[in-house]
Amino acid sequence: MKKDMMQSFELFQPADVGTAVELMDRWGERGWAIAGGYDSLDWFKDRIKTPDAVIDLDGIEELRGIRETGDGIEIGALTTLTELERAPLIREQYALLGDAARHVASPQIRNAATLGGNLCQDTRCWYYRFGLACYRAGGNTCYADTPVAMNREHALFERSRCVAVTPSDTAPALVALDASIVIRSASGEQVVAAEDFFMPESKDITRMTVLDPGDLLTAIRIPGSWSGAGFYFEKVADRNTWDFPLVNVASAMKIDGAGNIEAMRIACAGVQCTPRRLTTVEALVRGRRQDEATAGLAGKAAVEGARPLNFNHFKIPLMENLVKRAVLNAGMSRATTLTSGSRSSGDN
Amino acid sequence: MANRLIGHNFTPPDIRGKVTGQAKYAEDFRAEGMLFCRLLTSPMPHARVKSIDDSEALAMDGVVAVLTADEVPEVEAPGDPILTNTPHFIGEPILAVAAVSETIAHDAISKIKVEYQRLPFTVDPLQSLRPKGPDARVEGNVAIRGEGVKRIKWTDTDFKASVDGELPMGEPALEWSFGDIEEGFANAKVVLDETFVTASNSHHSMEPRSAMAYWDNGKCYLYGSCQSQSFVHPGLSRLIGIEPSELVYVAENCGGGFGSKGSGYPLQVIPVFMAKKTGRPVMMRISRAEEYFIGQARAGFQGRIKMGFRDDGRVLAVDLYIVQENGPNSGFGDWTSAASAVSLVYTPEAMRFRGVPVLTNTPPRTAQRGPGQNQIAIAVEPLLDKAARELGIDQFAVRRINSPGHDAPYGGKQGPITSSYLGEALDKGSERFNWSERLARSGERRGSKVIGVGIGQAYHSAGGNGFDGLLRLTPEGKLIIHTGVGNLGTYSYAGTSRIAAEVLKCDWENCVIEHGDSRRGLPWNLGQFGSNTSFTMTRTNFAAATDAVAKLKEIAALDLGGTPDDYDIGNETVFRRSNPSRRLTYAAAAQRAIELGGKFSGEEVAEDLNPLTKGAVKGMAGTGLIGVAKDNLEKNGTVPALAAGFIEIELDLETGKFEILDYLGVADCGTVIHPQGLAAQIKSGAVMGFGLATLERQIYDPAWGLPHSVGFYQAKPPSYLDVPREMDSDAVDQPDPQNPVGAKGIGEPLMGCAGAALVCAISDALGGHYFNRTPVVPDMIINAASGRPQSHKPLQVNTD
Repeated sequence: MKKDMMQSFELFQPADVGTAVELMDRWGERGWAIAGGYDSLDWFKDRIKTPDAVIDLDGIEELRGIRETGDGIEIGALTTLTELERAPLIREQYALLGDAARHVASPQIRNAATLGGNLCQDTRCWYYRFGLACYRAGGNTCYADTPVAMNREHALFERSRCVAVTPSDTAPALVALDASIVIRSASGEQVVAAEDFFMPESKDITRMTVLDPGDLLTAIRIPGSWSGAGFYFEKVADRNTWDFPLVNVASAMKIDGAGNIEAMRIACAGVQCTPRRLTTVEALVRGRRQDEATAGLAGKAAVEGARPLNFNHFKIPLMENLVKRAVLNAGMSRATTLTSGSRSSGDN
Repeated sequence: MANRLIGHNFTPPDIRGKVTGQAKYAEDFRAEGMLFCRLLTSPMPHARVKSIDDSEALAMDGVVAVLTADEVPEVEAPGDPILTNTPHFIGEPILAVAAVSETIAHDAISKIKVEYQRLPFTVDPLQSLRPKGPDARVEGNVAIRGEGVKRIKWTDTDFKASVDGELPMGEPALEWSFGDIEEGFANAKVVLDETFVTASNSHHSMEPRSAMAYWDNGKCYLYGSCQSQSFVHPGLSRLIGIEPSELVYVAENCGGGFGSKGSGYPLQVIPVFMAKKTGRPVMMRISRAEEYFIGQARAGFQGRIKMGFRDDGRVLAVDLYIVQENGPNSGFGDWTSAASAVSLVYTPEAMRFRGVPVLTNTPPRTAQRGPGQNQIAIAVEPLLDKAARELGIDQFAVRRINSPGHDAPYGGKQGPITSSYLGEALDKGSERFNWSERLARSGERRGSKVIGVGIGQAYHSAGGNGFDGLLRLTPEGKLIIHTGVGNLGTYSYAGTSRIAAEVLKCDWENCVIEHGDSRRGLPWNLGQFGSNTSFTMTRTNFAAATDAVAKLKEIAALDLGGTPDDYDIGNETVFRRSNPSRRLTYAAAAQRAIELGGKFSGEEVAEDLNPLTKGAVKGMAGTGLIGVAKDNLEKNGTVPALAAGFIEIELDLETGKFEILDYLGVADCGTVIHPQGLAAQIKSGAVMGFGLATLERQIYDPAWGLPHSVGFYQAKPPSYLDVPREMDSDAVDQPDPQNPVGAKGIGEPLMGCAGAALVCAISDALGGHYFNRTPVVPDMIINAASGRPQSHKPLQVNTD
């Protein structure tokens, strides 16, 4: 039940990662790391998630900023979406991520929301968000997958019990950029591929990411391999700002000297619990011309195996169209990418 | 003579406070010892409270009291209750807890054990109309305002009589007709018979309905969030159980109501009774999420309309049936208003209307901007285009030929109207928008994008009469205009107050508006709803100012000789026409009024004034020259506010998204009082219309009665990137003959005409695909464009 009245909790405001990790280790499942707060505070206000301790990461300077590394860049998890969208380094070399960030929520939200938070955010399944005891909440049913359920926003793929989807705009962009995620915990640091960071519902239905209690996402690394590639991002949502994607698509493409597609990475969100990397499409387009025919084939391949629910079969043509556009338009002038899917960049 | 104020822009006095944040809303008030209360609300769509155990909550530190439905006056069913033991929708308040802080109050709520008995529920009117369908209330399933609850069930035969997807039409709750519809259909070149659905949607008032109250020396002080002021005062007093003179009601600013705060809604007296029980001031802050449950909603329709068109597009006959989703309580008359709107906007030669408002276990319904008129506009306007396509005429022609003239009859009773310039609005809009050029672009392709154009029209009644005007000229030479109309945020309380200054030829800088607090001497005025303010309040202020002018002349004649007719006014003086040096300033005249007493200073008042006005005058008697009068001006007929919208869009067939390239709204609002205010109304009304047409809706899980759209991001009012950066506006600017300054209201149809134009343009871009359902959301467009079936069943409501 919606309550809009936060309960009390103990608040910690560490100034360095070491202290944060120590706190998270100490509080374990009763602790909660908060960054921009746009996901967390909703849960708290409705008293559906009620941690005893909240560890506010906002004061940890080392989690901020974008740095060049030997091979690519590293982005602090606390970097805001607005910072991402404006950073020259991102705009020049990894514009895909900037475009994705720019399509998240609204300018006001992007000013505080972080890249780490956008990756860790929970699903927006409205039944789950209402606080019902569904699979994802530890119960034994899915309210969104019944003969009469309202599931327009739900999954097409990889759904066995829970049919919720990832709502992230930056996640598919990072999968397309072959990024990796840096995780710190009391036991040290580990680095996982962005693709593997998100938890399939078949593996653990109650979590959206591989983060265990005590784990802290500290940074996102993007290799130089896709720097300056031909990018495409498009998001379709009911509203052009402050909305989650019905479907989005993010892709990076390289064209060889002969004008054929040398390589492509492409992923969609809004269609399953994790960003869906379209490896079939990637394989299919390799070596082909970047033209209508290839794009058409790619679109069809993208939606193969989709299993719609009562109200979401429109996502099949939508996803097909978006993938088609991504293949056809990747690497076209930046202006093309910017105007697709949303009105313009005038919201800055 | 040219107007000095009417038709000129000005800065309303409350703008500064709103821009700087100094304006106080209900939630901003504080009082010593104030408690906070929180509501325990129903987790079930329909239930009976069997028992409440609040012992654990009351034992908590800081918890002061629990207030249950048994301790507040019962509102007669099916009116909206204050608190209830029989919740009829999820989120309905059952009890309130007061504590020293909100957090403690809410902690206490989680300690209260309520035992419920589940009752059958429904979120679909047609399901309830089935022979053994569930009833939303134990007493029945249909409510008509003023007639209580009854039970109407249709027969299996009724349901079988219509083919799948067509609205069955069993026993109605109401029926009216005029003319011979069968003859009209027989003579028609094209007859459409269309079933349609319009979704319910929330009001999303930016300020939730918070309220604060305390009692002091036998008086009740209530700070509420309300569109209206004086009009709700007697009802609130009655609800509280005190005399109007014992209530101090403060509603100076209102952060939007859009109809949902037009009346003295019962929820706002919860802190009144809690304050009485605890002996302390009580603040009840309503949260954003709570507002979506208790903030009421627009009624949705399941409808069917048969329309017969002559070969030139003239509407010969209409047969309209509306099943209204009414929520669980008395609801609002959207269904009948929709029918009346059809009778006027399309002037059919014959028409029959039947309808039934069916109860559902979803939020209570109330007026939302253009209640009924705007739903029917977005449902029917595209059907005009469908007929026009079949007839081979254009969208403009099919509207223009049916435009109402001043003699157009209105509603089932075919009564008179005061004026109609809808045809002129269409003409003006067509020219300004270059309609024929736009039309030539219809269907133009650019990649996956296609151009669509549309015209929309809408109507709402726009004016009342019989209320009181009150003003005061002070010995300091100020004109104080007292207005009891309320301030829903459009600034019309100020715009209409300027009529008093216009009549009295006062410098606007010399005027003060008193409003928003019943202690400020406010007259009996109509509420600020129903697009009525511009018409109603210009009349009252005209009446009061006319009374003041007469008194000024009388005083001048008494002091300076001659008769009142020998005098005129100007430059804030009353002077002898034959010798303008024989004069009294308003300040001097006000001083003389005080000395003369009697009617001049408000010691005596006319008998026909409302008791509230008399009380207000009594409070200011002897402080200046009082101008006060009941609006006894002639009014014969319904005052129509009419509007036409013109739109061009570019729709992407691959994504279901569209961009509005251009929009023009044209108003028939009589004489324009405040051009900037009007332009803001035309454009912001359009934004709301676009939302109604393509974004906003309530969604319910029918198995659990569970609401989906309970946050801004789920209920989806349009964002700034969903509407054009620039929009255009215009007005016919022809005076209504039954208003002393020619004004009519306009707020509501400005939304409907824009929404209708947009739905029409989407269908136009799709080459004449008509959805017969609003809002038209992207998935519906994608499905249509890719030749796929829609996910919803044709008559399904509250659906994804």
